[in-house]
Amino acid sequence: MSEITDLLPCPEPVQLLAADGTAVPPTEQARERGYAMPAPEDLLAVWRAMVIGRRFDAQATALTKQGRLAVYPSSRGQDACQVAPILALGEQDWLFPTYRDSMALVTHGIDPVEVLTLLRGDWHCGYDPQARRTAPQCTPLATQAVHAAGAAHGLARRGTDALALCLIGDGATSEGDFHEGLNFAAVFEAPAVFLVQNNKYAISVPLAKQTKAPALAYKGVGYGVRSEQVDGNDPAAVLAVMRAAYEHTRAGHGPVLVEAHTYRMEAHTNADDATRYRTQDEVDEWTGQDPIVRLQAYLVGQGHLDDARIEQVRAEAEDLAADLRTRMNAEPAVEPLELFEHVYAEPTPQLAEQRELVRHELAASASAAHGGTETKDTQ
Amino acid sequence: MSTQSGAARGTSTGTRMTIAKALNAGMRAAMERDPKVVLMGEDVGKLGGVFRITEGLQKDFGEDRVIDTPLAESGIVGSAIGLALRGYRPVVEIQFDGFVYPAFDNIVSQVAKMHNRSLGALKVPMVIRIPYGGGIGAVEHHSESNESYFAHTAGLRVVTCSSTEDAYWMMQQAIASDDPVIFYEPKRRYHERGVLDLGEHGGQGVDLDDAPNQLDEAVVRVEGSDVTVLTYGPMVKVAHAAAQAAELEDGPSIEVVDLRSLSPLDTELIEESVRKTGRCIALSEAQTFSSITSELAAHVQEHCFYHLEAPVLRVGGYNIPYPPSRHEEVFLPDLDRVLHAVETLLAY
Ligand SMILES: Cc1ncc(C[n+]2csc(CCOP(=O)(O)OP(=O)(O)O)c2C)c(N)n1
Ligand SMILES: [Mg+2]
Repeated sequence: MSEITDLLPCPEPVQLLAADGTAVPPTEQARERGYAMPAPEDLLAVWRAMVIGRRFDAQATALTKQGRLAVYPSSRGQDACQVAPILALGEQDWLFPTYRDSMALVTHGIDPVEVLTLLRGDWHCGYDPQARRTAPQCTPLATQAVHAAGAAHGLARRGTDALALCLIGDGATSEGDFHEGLNFAAVFEAPAVFLVQNNKYAISVPLAKQTKAPALAYKGVGYGVRSEQVDGNDPAAVLAVMRAAYEHTRAGHGPVLVEAHTYRMEAHTNADDATRYRTQDEVDEWTGQDPIVRLQAYLVGQGHLDDARIEQVRAEAEDLAADLRTRMNAEPAVEPLELFEHVYAEPTPQLAEQRELVRHELAASASAAHGGTETKDTQ
Repeated sequence: MSTQSGAARGTSTGTRMTIAKALNAGMRAAMERDPKVVLMGEDVGKLGGVFRITEGLQKDFGEDRVIDTPLAESGIVGSAIGLALRGYRPVVEIQFDGFVYPAFDNIVSQVAKMHNRSLGALKVPMVIRIPYGGGIGAVEHHSESNESYFAHTAGLRVVTCSSTEDAYWMMQQAIASDDPVIFYEPKRRYHERGVLDLGEHGGQGVDLDDAPNQLDEAVVRVEGSDVTVLTYGPMVKVAHAAAQAAELEDGPSIEVVDLRSLSPLDTELIEESVRKTGRCIALSEAQTFSSITSELAAHVQEHCFYHLEAPVLRVGGYNIPYPPSRHEEVFLPDLDRVLHAVETLLAY
């Protein structure tokens, strides 16, 4: 059993940078937990990845408007949460993302086209989860939390010091699986870190309707899980807190729950109309909390970043967007017969039969489309 | 309480409205009739649901009758059980078919069995609304037809509508039912329009017993003499189109039966139709394996064997997970697949 003070989050979200980019001295408890301003080169890496990530996000939104994606849940505004925790991961760590976390996957080095395969409707997952040590993006809310607990347990049993990072939304903390995930990870003393991106809404439902807890971070305490809360729009604080969480769990002290207070700047997805449930004033207020602006102001102010470098990274982001446009505008190869291939380790005789049926149908309609009258004649 | 009359009350000669609006009007009428009716679910209040089926109801009936719940399906259904035990009639919305599973335990072990376990002392008169089926270009978990899981479970009524009129009446009948009802809404047909004629009462004071059909009745949508197509929900439209196409080409005469209730089945009407035509196709979007269409095929061959000219054929989804949206046409049964099955039967 842990001392309750070891488990309790800081009473206020940890902050190292104010909204205007000035450094904020950490509180005593924050210092004790080892949250210090990260080195400039680390912050520069976070800044660069956020600039690129946001450009990716904007491009994905644009592609959706052009009908190239079935749906896109943007993470604009959550850039610090999408980037810093990922850059701090080690080679052997595993990631359990959701539909919201495309930017995190791009930051993780996964080809943006592979990231968008799911949302384009080509397949349910576009990347190789084993090779990328990244589970398929998860839509049934909170189910990834139990998977992460088990994966973390598996990593520990194999004697590595790798961990599993679970990304989850504020609304999803109401699902039973979130609680079971925390409890299993705690009981297994598994190296799992749960990052709640509290973007204040679950589609239209505000946090106040989701919980009566003083902060979501407190939900870890009852399970004996070290818990923390951080200003999710402060990239320096997010990086510091996540690194400390990783260190804690790698050292065998069990899982950590981190709540990042942030905001979903866009609607839930392109299909949602956020004006039905939130005011423009509220959105505007959060515009002033922008994580990229904040970190850039700090880095420029400290002399670590100049216009030339900013221009260079912008150009890099434009290149990524242009490449994404080109490749997403090309029609993907669609192979319907593959639908039957991966249902079981080997297709069952019944599936093989159904596949043949579809092959025939496709051939018949193809020949009909080429001027044949086959379909009509046979009726 | 609402003073504004629903769209359904416009005229006595009938109003054209979408299935979505008719479901909404049905819930509104039920809420006006019975103050114990409460709506619960994710985003059903302020937003009016992601499909806007509960639009305007929170505004008119207040936040304690239309409740935006925390995001947890087991919590939604489980707490609705408790409300039902205390005399309420909860109508819960599951946001999409693929998200009902966290509530599965509560539905099959509790909702379905409470009445039986308590020797009839406890009733759970709740409606669980589930928008279901594919064809809307969605990503995974948003296009499933999982009605067989619940139809398989004794103690649950499972119904689905295919028309504006049914949407309006069946919703009210489901809410009034003392049995728990899983109400499947054909989401790709939400915006199809039909006529709702409420007669001279304009819906006011209409007795549910005067509804055109009872909740557990099937209906013949198209009369025919050669082949019976048993279907429901989103596929009724496809069957209808097949019957029309065949007629236009002087082809076989197809009878379309809209089951409406999947559990219990209106076996009387089903048998009557198949005995007349001698041929039967069971049509659904759902994977055919171990499904409603399996049940229909089994029932028809058990009860109409001597009237059958050919085996019962099933037309439905393949035994694969619902595919990504770019492939969904391959999966979803269409006109051609129905007509092909008709030909196969006639060639027997
Ligand atoms: C089990 C389950 N229920 C419902 C949904 C539908 N749904 C998708 S996203 C969402 C809101 C999630 O909110 P939150 O967890 O805060 O994450 P965010 O979208 O804000 O990132 C809902 C209700 C789902 N995907 N899974
Ligand atoms: Mg959220």
